[in-house]
Amino acid sequence: MTDVTGSWASGLPGEAGRVALVDWRELQRRSRRENIGRAWYKFSRNPLSVAGLVIVLTIVLLAVLAPYVTPYPHHAGPFTDFANAKLPPNPRYLFGTDTIGRDILTRVIFGFQDALLMGVIVLALVVPPGVLLGLIAGYNQGTWIDTVIMRITDIFLAVPPLILALAIASVLKPSLMNSMMAVSLMWWPWYTRLVYGLTSQLRNEYFVKSAETLGASKAHILFREILPNCVSPIFTKMSLDMGWVILIGSALSFVGLGVQPPKPGLGTMVADGARYLPDQWWIPVFPALGIVVIVLGFNLLGDGLRDLLAAEEI
Amino acid sequence: MRLVTFILKRALHSIFVLLGLSVVIFGISRILPGDPARMAVGARAPQWVVDNLRAQMRLDEPLFVQYGYWLADAVQGKFGISLVTRREVAEDIKEFFPATLELALFAGILMGGLGILLGTISAQHKDRWIDNVVRVLSYLGVVTPAFVFAIIFMLVFGYWLKWLPTIGRLSEGLARPPMITGLMTVDALLAGDLVVFWDALKHLILPAVALAMGGLAQEARITRATMSDNLTKDYIAAERALGIPERVIMGKYLLKPSLIPTVSILGLDFAGTLSSAFLVELIFNWPGMSRYGINAMLRKDLNAIAAVILVLGVVFIVVNIIVDIVVAYLDPRIRLSAERSE
Repeated sequence: MTDVTGSWASGLPGEAGRVALVDWRELQRRSRRENIGRAWYKFSRNPLSVAGLVIVLTIVLLAVLAPYVTPYPHHAGPFTDFANAKLPPNPRYLFGTDTIGRDILTRVIFGFQDALLMGVIVLALVVPPGVLLGLIAGYNQGTWIDTVIMRITDIFLAVPPLILALAIASVLKPSLMNSMMAVSLMWWPWYTRLVYGLTSQLRNEYFVKSAETLGASKAHILFREILPNCVSPIFTKMSLDMGWVILIGSALSFVGLGVQPPKPGLGTMVADGARYLPDQWWIPVFPALGIVVIVLGFNLLGDGLRDLLAAEEI
Repeated sequence: MRLVTFILKRALHSIFVLLGLSVVIFGISRILPGDPARMAVGARAPQWVVDNLRAQMRLDEPLFVQYGYWLADAVQGKFGISLVTRREVAEDIKEFFPATLELALFAGILMGGLGILLGTISAQHKDRWIDNVVRVLSYLGVVTPAFVFAIIFMLVFGYWLKWLPTIGRLSEGLARPPMITGLMTVDALLAGDLVVFWDALKHLILPAVALAMGGLAQEARITRATMSDNLTKDYIAAERALGIPERVIMGKYLLKPSLIPTVSILGLDFAGTLSSAFLVELIFNWPGMSRYGINAMLRKDLNAIAAVILVLGVVFIVVNIIVDIVVAYLDPRIRLSAERSE
């Protein structure tokens, strides 16, 4: 809308036109601010979305400030205190202590660190190539490029990601880094498929056709014309995927292929603790709830974003 | 019939996907640093044993030749010897797969049945308390991983309430029914042994429900969404105006179109069940293929890993084809367009 104002004004003849000219950059800025304000208003109307945002922010803050906010930061490492081992939840240890006397609350909060790290790094590794391949395949729909890319995508989507990720992680040396690699190798096809669908629709839109007619380069069409129109679904998916990647990461660490002890991995803590059921139930249950809360937070947030952006597009 | 060509096309595509998957699996088994032959015989074996095995495993040939041999064997079900059990991998799979299948099938029935039921109830009582309860529960169901459900169910229903057993497929002291299908409950029924059937069923419930929860919640959410969407459509209003009983509208005219998205997702969730089974079987000590697969992965037993993934890939693809057929049956737009273009 603001662009129209700009071209209108420059279309006016002589000085008069320029005097009447509103600073359209300022207008643009103002309208952007207004849009953000309106979006936030809509987002804040839904208590579930706000709850999601609060959960995510809280977890991120806790994870970043873990050394300062946890009651016993040194319990995150190879610490032992057999006198206080296997204590049920009590005022000193809110979530109880594990088999060698470490505070479970502290370890859960430190566990958030690697969980978030896993989500962020996997998405950072996965989104650019996935989106790029989707753009290329979608824009060249019907050609051999499309066939090659999408058939390869099909292969990776043919098996649930957890299984192949487990297999890859198992032949590599077990570590957090390698489990991230394994999950990343499995995750890009989802973005390729998402962007492929969007691009194959968008490429027939008039603005793309006119850019083609004007002789715009392929790179310009893909990145300046098509990509900006795919951004909101991609962001929504990323927010939802944070939860799912963290979940898969915890599944990998559950079988011992992710975060390595003595560092606290949420999945590792659940798996180790499961052996002490039912007597020391708090050892696996609190880390398990930690996983649930983190996935819940990102899902609520992602759903909120989806409602927001979907309505915006119409 | 166009439907037949449709199915054939899907099947052809699936074969292609399977071939691709086999390349990926072969790739995985070869990115491992180190000598597979040396790993198979152990560090203390003399060099000539390793050399013999290398020749036998054709490790000195170029990679694509190795792949050709490997694929030819795999198609015949020859996956080699498992390093863990020291038996033919195919034998192991034959023994462990039915246990996983039984679990997944039971979970699938729960997901479909209960999920659709809850979704329908929710849609019919939209925005009333029962709808809100179902919505909150299904949200929690979707975000909670199966292994967390497994641990909580085990603790609550197994240890605290002591309603159900928590380990294995059958209580000690009970004889396995003669193996016909490999599904313990079905075999027990076929043998007419109700005691074993009841015991096997009790062992099945906790792991199956833990596996089903995620999909069940998903199915309920999707059924609710589609159904409450369809409820506002004109044709429903028209049927009501015509005085067709509500029961008939719900059961006949509303349910069928509302099931289409649910069925598509059910297929995905069923396959997802097979992957969550990897952790749930571990927790409940369920002697299935997933537990076997995890043990193989932890010990880098490549032959077994490859076989487990390929079998799961085949199951996944077969399920997807079945889903496509069911959806084509449910959705007249797909069915008719297939027939019209004949």
